[in-house]
Amino acid sequence: MVQRYTTTAIVFHWLVALLIIGAFSMGLVMTEMSLSPTKLQYYSWHKWAGVTILGLATLRLLWRLGHRAPPYPASLPAWQKFSANLLHGLLYVLMFAVPVSGYFYTLSAGYPVLYFGLFELPVLIEKNEELKPVLQAVHFWLNMTLANAVGLHIAAALKHHFIDRDDVLRRMLPKA
Amino acid sequence: MKFTSGTMLAALLGVTLGAAAVAAPLKTDPAKSRVSVVFKQMNVPVEAPFKKFTASIDYDAGKPDLAKASVEIDTASVDVGEAEMNKEAAKKDWFNSAQYPKATFVSSAIKPAGAGKLTVSGKLSIKGKSTDVSFPLTVKTEAGKQVFEGALPIRRLSYNIGEGDWKDTSILADEVVIKFRVTAGQ
Repeated sequence: MVQRYTTTAIVFHWLVALLIIGAFSMGLVMTEMSLSPTKLQYYSWHKWAGVTILGLATLRLLWRLGHRAPPYPASLPAWQKFSANLLHGLLYVLMFAVPVSGYFYTLSAGYPVLYFGLFELPVLIEKNEELKPVLQAVHFWLNMTLANAVGLHIAAALKHHFIDRDDVLRRMLPKA
Repeated sequence: MKFTSGTMLAALLGVTLGAAAVAAPLKTDPAKSRVSVVFKQMNVPVEAPFKKFTASIDYDAGKPDLAKASVEIDTASVDVGEAEMNKEAAKKDWFNSAQYPKATFVSSAIKPAGAGKLTVSGKLSIKGKSTDVSFPLTVKTEAGKQVFEGALPIRRLSYNIGEGDWKDTSILADEVVIKFRVTAGQ
């Protein structure tokens, strides 16, 4: 009998995963595009996705704090448990840091975020030419860190499932 | 040449009379003046200032009917906030700055419209298109200088600003507002 995460946690995980992959890919594509209406549309979508991720990450963290994760297999060596916890911690930090850095980056460029084109989100900092390239670099490198962390996370999950043949991945899959 | 008191007097008179006949335009203070355009990109308002422009205002509070104003803007000097977009703004689809380097406004009539308020009418020319426009202007005194402030909403497509794919007003709204604040003193 597999001890799974709660259904809420599973939904949060896959929803956030999907949004992160979408926003990340869109970020790579849109920054390479030459200026066009489509490019501007992608920027808006990218920002909306980022804000959504930030909101979901907040709810997800609150849920996680109130609900323990199912235990690792008893056979798992201590160093692997430690590494897994460390990586999960890093992913949680990045779920917040990446959208927040993007949010401040767009504010520094003088473009406030209008969520879904309807709700104006707080303009916490003024347009700032000096800060803009710094925040751009921060946003970029946090994303590269996130991409690597996610890559590692996926590789570990697949290793558990296909090589170790344990229940680690199944804990996060909906009941078949 | 020998100066006599007569020529001195004539010269002085000439200067005074000249000043009275053609009220000298006010000296605009570029550091405290600003002309910008506010456009909405997917509903997000973005203000883009023009870095190069000249404004000439000839205004005497006692004789507002004689007032004159003109503004000349270097269209390629717009700062949208991104180098790439600034370059784009000067291209054919937008201002076409190579062919139309200047956008101008020349007043035809300035009428008082209550305390500290004027109604300005005139010709706005952008990208080879001229239209008659009218907008409210406020005048106030700040630190001994006169500050003229106003906003003029226009429809960008009536001046062919944003051609081709950029005609899509769901991405960039048709209505844009030209905002200005000109500080001038004697």
